[in-house]
Amino acid sequence: MREITFAEALGEAILEEMEKDPAIFTYGEDIARQGGIFGAYKSLLGKFPDRIFDTPISEEVIYGSALGAALVGMRPIVEFHFADFLFTGIQSITLQIEKIRYMTGGQGKLRLLLRGPDGISNSAAAQHSECIETIFMHVPGIKVVIPSTPYDVKGLIKKALQEDDPVICFEHKMLYRMRGPVPEEDYTIPLGIAEVKREGNDVTVVTISRMVHESLKAAEELKKEGMSAEIIDLRTLVPWDRKTVIESVKKTNHLIVAHETWKRAGWGAEITSVVQEEAFDYLDAPIIRVGAKNVPMPFAANLQDFVTPNYKDVITAVKQILR
Amino acid sequence: MENSNDFLLNLYTTMVLIRNFELMAEKLFLEGELPGFLHLYIGEEAIATGVMANLRKDDFITSTHRGHGHMIAKGADINRMMAELYGKETGYCKGKGGSMHIADFSLGVLGANGVVGGGLPIAVGAGLGIKMKKSNQIVVAFFGDGASNTGAFHESLNFASIYKLPVIFVLENNKYASTASTQATTAIENISDRAVAYGIPGITIDGNDVIAVYEATREMVKRARDGGGPSLIEAKTYRIKGHFVGDPELYRNKKEVVEFWLNEPIKKFEKRLEREKILNSTEKKNIWESAQKKIKEAVIFAKESPIPDGKDALTDLFIHDSGYDY
Repeated sequence: MREITFAEALGEAILEEMEKDPAIFTYGEDIARQGGIFGAYKSLLGKFPDRIFDTPISEEVIYGSALGAALVGMRPIVEFHFADFLFTGIQSITLQIEKIRYMTGGQGKLRLLLRGPDGISNSAAAQHSECIETIFMHVPGIKVVIPSTPYDVKGLIKKALQEDDPVICFEHKMLYRMRGPVPEEDYTIPLGIAEVKREGNDVTVVTISRMVHESLKAAEELKKEGMSAEIIDLRTLVPWDRKTVIESVKKTNHLIVAHETWKRAGWGAEITSVVQEEAFDYLDAPIIRVGAKNVPMPFAANLQDFVTPNYKDVITAVKQILR
Repeated sequence: MENSNDFLLNLYTTMVLIRNFELMAEKLFLEGELPGFLHLYIGEEAIATGVMANLRKDDFITSTHRGHGHMIAKGADINRMMAELYGKETGYCKGKGGSMHIADFSLGVLGANGVVGGGLPIAVGAGLGIKMKKSNQIVVAFFGDGASNTGAFHESLNFASIYKLPVIFVLENNKYASTASTQATTAIENISDRAVAYGIPGITIDGNDVIAVYEATREMVKRARDGGGPSLIEAKTYRIKGHFVGDPELYRNKKEVVEFWLNEPIKKFEKRLEREKILNSTEKKNIWESAQKKIKEAVIFAKESPIPDGKDALTDLFIHDSGYDY
């Protein structure tokens, strides 16, 4: 199978869906002339000049207008530039997009996709590094997608563009250049279905995004020491695949949740809580969460490394839980 | 047609229907019949009525927390409106929205909004969608003087202007944003002056004169439909009632309210119609009685409607799901 980058797979997904559905158009800051800050729109440059355009730096109206366009029958895709900047226009999402269908008694279809980069990169510091997916898992009304591979981003974005509900997709900056197999033929990945990335018997590691790869690396190291870790990539947080997680915990009797976002009240807390409610009797040890230290992301490389979880933290957690 | 007696009487009838809906809602609220918050449009009826008389059925509006008048002028079913105020299953939002969130997408009402300025970006997006679809519909965004001081206002006017979107921003300057007077919170006399900063037309009109509202809007609607882009209309009016029903109104002198009652839009228009012999006392009586009858029927409809099933609280979040409990 051919191998393409995460960014190319994303661009292909949007391009293919735009060809199929004339209601799709896409806008955001620096996308039409530059192809997006991390090149996610490079493959779209020059295609559909009327349906891809740059906007002023006005987040509240960018996100809010996606809702308005959806309400009149279009299917907008908005690139949010950096996930951190969702906070500058968050009322349009949490007070409008996430609620309007519900509070109007189920009127309308909110066919819209918000997507863009999150996570650490090379010393991007506190206002350009955040993983804030938990917030959108917490407030009801939007589906949350977080792909970890080129294959997944293509399948999940295509599915998101066929949904009748609002979707937000977070793409880790360090994954955009990752290469991986992506079929030429059309496919989609349903939301709410996790993937068991690696089977194992001793411990379940539930994770997403960049931490999937850190967890796989950890599993490889642990194998050398005779420990077998099962790695589950949730792929979507709303809805999340409760069944696959519970089944795995029943098999391994140990659970670790690993995410890049802050450990305190991060989405891992929700997963661990549900597992202890539903599979407590199967647990042989307290669940461990791996997450960022509870500070804004510092600038200096060594400080960023200290704050951010990586495969070593997963190894430490596994050794602790299997002790 | 536009100056025909029928047309003028229709404007009057709409204003009277809004007034009576609001008077009844106020009464019911004070009697403890209605839950939640209630923000009345009394004294501002000329704006919704004059603006909406220019719109087609397939045009869109976004509304505010003070939105009953917009709904009625756009042609909403007052039975379903009243049922929503009661939180009944037959209400516009099946009891999930209440007074502040009444909407009828099929009627082009893209939501009343409990967030000041919240509807502006949505209206801009509707304008964007219309432009992408290349239809000649238009959007009217209603908002107040309070919203004109939010970031959403400035972002929205600039955004609409650069893409020449068919959006008419109708600023209902009722002199108060919650308990704060416009004078204390806004640095300029006429907020429509801000239009200059976005390169769009901006005018200030008498919002208590339904014909002035109608004519100013007609011009801007034509401009928007012909691809001329957005505009800002500031309609100056007065919020005769408190911010919400039950507001102790400690922030304003009651004498001021009495003065403004003398200039209230229905009386003002009524005098003109009587002077021009378009409305006589019998017709006037009929119009008021007919409105009151409709409102009473709406109350009966609402009272007799069933309350929603508790489990219905878990529906309508997503299209195919009943809200993810996982």
